[in-house]
Amino acid sequence: MSLLIGTFTIGCILSLLALGVFISFRIFAFPDITADGSVTLGASVAATLMVHGTSPPLASLAGFVAGMLAGACTGTLYTRFKINPLLSGILVMTALYSINLHIMGKSNVPLLSVTTLATQSEHIGVKLMRGATSFSLAGWEVSVRDASVLAAVALTVALTGALLYAFLRTNLGMAMRATGDNVQMIRALGVNDANMIVFGVAISNGFVALSGALLAQYQGFADVGMGIGMVVWGLASVIIGEALVGTNQLGLTIVGAVMGSVIFRLLVAVALRWGLSPNDLKLITAVFVFCALIVPQFLRKKRLRSAHA
Amino acid sequence: MLEVQSVSKTFNSGTPNEVRSLRGVNLELATGSWMIIIGTNGSGKSTLLNSVAGTFLVDEGSIRLAGHDVTRWPEHARATLIGRVFQNPFSGTSPSLTIEENLSLAARRGRGRGLGWGLKESLVERMRDEVGQLNMGLEDRLENAIGSLSGGQRQALTLLMATWLRPELLLLDEHTAALDPKSADLVIALTELVIARDKLTTLMVTHSMYQAARLGDRLIMMHRGQIIHDFQGAEKRRLRPEDLLARFEDVRRAEQLDESAAQMLAEQYV
Repeated sequence: MSLLIGTFTIGCILSLLALGVFISFRIFAFPDITADGSVTLGASVAATLMVHGTSPPLASLAGFVAGMLAGACTGTLYTRFKINPLLSGILVMTALYSINLHIMGKSNVPLLSVTTLATQSEHIGVKLMRGATSFSLAGWEVSVRDASVLAAVALTVALTGALLYAFLRTNLGMAMRATGDNVQMIRALGVNDANMIVFGVAISNGFVALSGALLAQYQGFADVGMGIGMVVWGLASVIIGEALVGTNQLGLTIVGAVMGSVIFRLLVAVALRWGLSPNDLKLITAVFVFCALIVPQFLRKKRLRSAHA
Repeated sequence: MLEVQSVSKTFNSGTPNEVRSLRGVNLELATGSWMIIIGTNGSGKSTLLNSVAGTFLVDEGSIRLAGHDVTRWPEHARATLIGRVFQNPFSGTSPSLTIEENLSLAARRGRGRGLGWGLKESLVERMRDEVGQLNMGLEDRLENAIGSLSGGQRQALTLLMATWLRPELLLLDEHTAALDPKSADLVIALTELVIARDKLTTLMVTHSMYQAARLGDRLIMMHRGQIIHDFQGAEKRRLRPEDLLARFEDVRRAEQLDESAAQMLAEQYV
């Protein structure tokens, strides 16, 4: 049971990453690799601040802002200096590796003896349960710590998703969506598309960094290598989400991305349980995304062929 | 209203593909005037429109619009003054956004966009009303994505969007060329209605000699990056499609003469 709750918790935390990837890849069609660096950036900023006594919510917020700055750099490289979007992301991601090491001062910052959002939500949970450390749910023993962390994370994700949805329906948010959809039109309507892209990639990386900040607090450490392969992970979640909801209605795609992240994490947990070596995890993820990308093409070709026959 | 002064634009300059699209074009358009632009392929008529819209900056010359020198203004800044409809029906709308979201983007053309709610009730009310006047049955489908509409419907909506806030200048770039004849007629009727109602100053590029002869109060004909004819007033009103075709024929003949003359000279002197 504890394993299942842990899986859900990580799935929820990484759904913020999925939302970030959704913004860059789907709304702006901008293949943004910066995310690999900004996961770690969010984690290292939040962890370092917490070690120095900053309150966990504030430290997480600082992680979010740091991610936005990184995204804004990538967006600026692309829009002002006309560098290919992939390369812009790679440049910033590479630079972030050194920056993250500088922020942390070493390659790993443990958070075990520090107050984090995880320990804080555990305190609240224990208070609510009047001091009990576990309760039974449908016959299973559930520790209050696990349950309250999951509840807190789920609440955060629901809130963030709702905020994102509302934002994308404001004047500014709509202009951003239209920028990814049709640049010619949005310019003709008086929107500076370069600013929109910079801002959009910034928000995307803010979400990704927040996800990293929460992940560090949940697992109890920030590590300089924790971001590797995260973009592909997020992309896999978004693709699963799209397959689940099967529509491009805005609200549903956001819900889909969150669900996709949780389900993908579940799949991974099951695969690991069945004896998949953790070393193969990234390989399997990459193969999965590859398949998810080509299957629709393949199906379309097949349908065309049968239509001709 | 609009003053284009000795504007030149060369594409791919310094390469074998160099194209001198505009060669010192001068143009003055009075407020409320509706000018038709026709010309041969590659004559620079779309380039002229795009240089006014700010799609690119011109190499030489100046452009003044509604009292502003907009020569160095980027495209999105000029959009405060200009409404545009493109040739490609896909260019003017955002396919994954709904009809109402597209219109609400147009309702803030050239204004700041903040965290205000995009779809205010009063705005949606006006949308239902104006979209209803298109007689396309779209007023009940405002929440549908634009991507599901036909080219004619999109072009009608694009026109509505371009004129939602009254533009100082309306630019129409062969906006019916990609439509079937029936949709084209519909969009033209709508164009006439909107321009007459809001007394819009308009620049319209067209391929249709019929449209060119019938619409507008002034017509210019372009060839090789220059304006070669300018019909105004009574002269414009008398124009028939055949007259325009005859002018094109003249141009073609002059062209052949030029080439054969050049060839003859080359043979004799080189």
